Amino acid sequence: MLAEIGAASIDDLFAVIPAGNRLDRDLAVPRAHAESEIIDYFRSAGRKNATGYASFLGAGAYRHYRPVIIDSLVQRGEFLTSYTPYQAEITQGTLQAIFEFQTMIAELTGMDVANASMYDGSTGAAEAVRMAMRVTGREKAVVAATVHPEYREVMATYARHQELPSTLVGYDPKTGRVDLAALEAAITQETAAVLVQSPNFFGVVEDIPAIAAIAHAKGALLVVSIAEAVSLGVVRPPVEADIVSLEAQSFGVALSYGGPFCGVIAAKEQFLRQMPGRLVGQTVDGNGNRGFVLTLSTREQHIRREKATSNICTNQALVALMATIFLSVYGKEGIRELAEHNLAKADYAAKALGAQPGARLLFAGSPRFNEFVLQSEEAPAAWSQRLLDKKIVGGIGLARWYPELDNSTLWCATEMVTREQIDTAAKVLAAAAVEAL
Amino acid sequence: MTTNATGPHTLGKVRPHPTQNEALLFEKSSPGKRAYMLPPLDVPAVDAAALLGPAHRKTPGQLPELSEIEIIRHFTRLSTWNYAIDLGMYPLGSCTMKYNPRVNELVARIEGLAEAHPYRPDSLAQGILEVIDLLQCCLLEITGMDAITLQPAAGAHGEFTGILLVRAWHESQGNPRRKIIIPDSAHGTNPATAAICGYTVENLKSNAEGGIDLEALAAQVDYETAALMLTNPSTIGVFESQIARIAEILHAKGALLYMDGANMNALVGKARPGDFGVDVMHLNLHKTFSTPHGGGGPGSGPVACKAFLEPFLPIPVLVQNENGTKHWKYDRPQSVGRVRAFYGNVGMFIRALAYILANGPDGLRQTTEDAVLNANYIRKKLDGVYELPYKTASMHEVVFSDKLQAAKGVKTGDIAKRLIDYGFHPYTVSFPMIVHGALMIEPTESESLEELDLFISAMRSIAKEVEETPELVKTAPHSTRVSRLDEVQAARKPILRWRPVE
Repeated sequence: MLAEIGAASIDDLFAVIPAGNRLDRDLAVPRAHAESEIIDYFRSAGRKNATGYASFLGAGAYRHYRPVIIDSLVQRGEFLTSYTPYQAEITQGTLQAIFEFQTMIAELTGMDVANASMYDGSTGAAEAVRMAMRVTGREKAVVAATVHPEYREVMATYARHQELPSTLVGYDPKTGRVDLAALEAAITQETAAVLVQSPNFFGVVEDIPAIAAIAHAKGALLVVSIAEAVSLGVVRPPVEADIVSLEAQSFGVALSYGGPFCGVIAAKEQFLRQMPGRLVGQTVDGNGNRGFVLTLSTREQHIRREKATSNICTNQALVALMATIFLSVYGKEGIRELAEHNLAKADYAAKALGAQPGARLLFAGSPRFNEFVLQSEEAPAAWSQRLLDKKIVGGIGLARWYPELDNSTLWCATEMVTREQIDTAAKVLAAAAVEAL
Repeated sequence: MTTNATGPHTLGKVRPHPTQNEALLFEKSSPGKRAYMLPPLDVPAVDAAALLGPAHRKTPGQLPELSEIEIIRHFTRLSTWNYAIDLGMYPLGSCTMKYNPRVNELVARIEGLAEAHPYRPDSLAQGILEVIDLLQCCLLEITGMDAITLQPAAGAHGEFTGILLVRAWHESQGNPRRKIIIPDSAHGTNPATAAICGYTVENLKSNAEGGIDLEALAAQVDYETAALMLTNPSTIGVFESQIARIAEILHAKGALLYMDGANMNALVGKARPGDFGVDVMHLNLHKTFSTPHGGGGPGSGPVACKAFLEPFLPIPVLVQNENGTKHWKYDRPQSVGRVRAFYGNVGMFIRALAYILANGPDGLRQTTEDAVLNANYIRKKLDGVYELPYKTASMHEVVFSDKLQAAKGVKTGDIAKRLIDYGFHPYTVSFPMIVHGALMIEPTESESLEELDLFISAMRSIAKEVEETPELVKTAPHSTRVSRLDEVQAARKPILRWRPVE
């Protein structure tokens, strides 16, 4: 090949790089490994990570059962090793699957349309607020303190250079829900968007109709973030919202230490032209056959450059496919049944743990999905190691984000948690309280 | 020569074969079918309506109801409508469509890694933290930079993060500055990113060789310039041989050099951005480091920078304790903040590290050499058949124009569609914008000489068709399930979801 090109050596092809800028040594990276060694290395890393623990962690990343066919199907090379479907004639498989994903998300969220995906729930929420700015021509946001703290941090990063000051609105300490009076006071004629999460970071379902009425009365859009997508099987969708930002990880996506997950933005149809991200639309070919294409791309960076609605290009397509397959497996009845199992497990766990001496269930009267907040007399550190000794990872401490919620922990019980594990955790909590006396 | 619907010949790579029709999931649904079974509930059942009150969902979402084999067949049939790297060469310039090793898929699914919750205590996460640490070390060595964050979820997200670092540094110097200079050959994400970070975009016109015009740059850079966003090698596949001078011009005015690392597949093991004046850059693990494109993601866009930008990296950063264990550090007052929840697309980190381990130092260098060799081979074999607008030496990709074919009324988009009939995915069409009617071809190292020769024959054959039967090319593709789709109709009356027939 070198002879064909007319080059004497491979180095000729790199002669254009000035000699002083060339690397004239080996990279100091590990030596080449055989496939068997690579597998050994990662298996060993997996073992160091400790397996076999029961987990009550949620907080934006949820452990649900992943039907086997998800991985059988997404590992088909035709899905796995295909590019973004710009060449529609030879990517109809990906395009139709995304169209089905968009339909399912719209159905579940109660919105008219959904996009092809965003990076995750945190960036999706930030982009949804920016979208509301474009729609309303206003430049401020009001954000509930009950939105996932890391989502709020991401929003702050996105907003910093957009002249988008955001006002934080607290929660009612009795209900764990957004303080509606404070919300009403915070919204002004300059507010583009009100961002809330439901179920919120405490697992409490917000009063979306009331929040929407308050936001809309002042001409602001309501953006609802949903971090636990399985809730949509049993919790009323936020139909009064203008934009919904969903984290779809719960739909069959592995925890994978926090990523890749799958954000998605859904909205009322009238806001379509301000949506970020890719959209798949139905059309026909020259013979009148139904087909699908990427559409409305004049919103996007590869056409509009600095005037685009977002700089997003690569999204989370294969993860959206996982969600689509998950939702096909569970279907209309299954998603409800699955959600009801979560509701039952969390209700049992909340009551069992909240009944232990020295422990108290916070926001007990509010509607919840599969998470709850437990307050203990003793610092969580006192009993969390005992739980770890029993191979149980307990709830996550909330004080790092909510200093006022001292000694409070956020627990999650999905369908993957067993009654036995809940009972064991309750016993450990009780023992800790006894020792504390 | 006979001409049928699929054209005179397809050079033996493909012939038509039937694929099955497949309706939408919703159209195939019938009530009562199910593909799931939940275990018996081991806690008391609850009355959802009573627990949730007004927040209870009364009307279920209209999800399809199907059996497992119907779902398997549905998605398997859909998959057969896709082209993929696994089916053949995918010469999309700038996208680096290389082979995605299957061992990477296996290791990313190892239970201890795939099941790890992001908030599990650091003491239970040392395995994954070691993986992340090793990947960070390898990427720093490959780029020659000093510090890195793996948090960004894709290339454009990395650009966003990188420009935030630039801005935070300038702010720390007392003035965030006003503008970002971007060459006219750049990816659309670059100007879109600069705008999101609150900067004005100033265009820099390329010189006659398609590279940076040093005089124009020197005239344009001033004390309001925050950075130049440069893709190197450029989008026409050319290394900026004046890169050191470019960095000097910027640094003299206190501006920074941002490198879009989309084309790192031309440099790994041969040259390091950190050694030629780059201050901050992003990588695309889904390009250079073989993580699968998956039909449009997930990607991963790590950002590497020089030491003076390190204090501004997104939180958290991974640090090592005295006893060798690792933990996440959040207390970093100068940080630009978070760019996403948790730590990034960790599943992609595992795959990228597996790729680096499989290659080692020699393999990584060889990969780069093969990628550049393959692009130059294509260039040599097609030069003259297609016009080569820039004669500058090519690295890992080559850009032709459709000038010769346009005389017959055939455009780059037509040639691309005809390539489908020959069993190849099209190259990148009409980009970069500095080349009118661009054909941007990036073979990557994954292609054998046999596949390259087949591609070259196809391109030559199409050029011949343009001369003899231009209509055949202009109406391509002829062998696909659907012919050219009506994009105007799709955009004019958007149908973005299925709805039940009333």
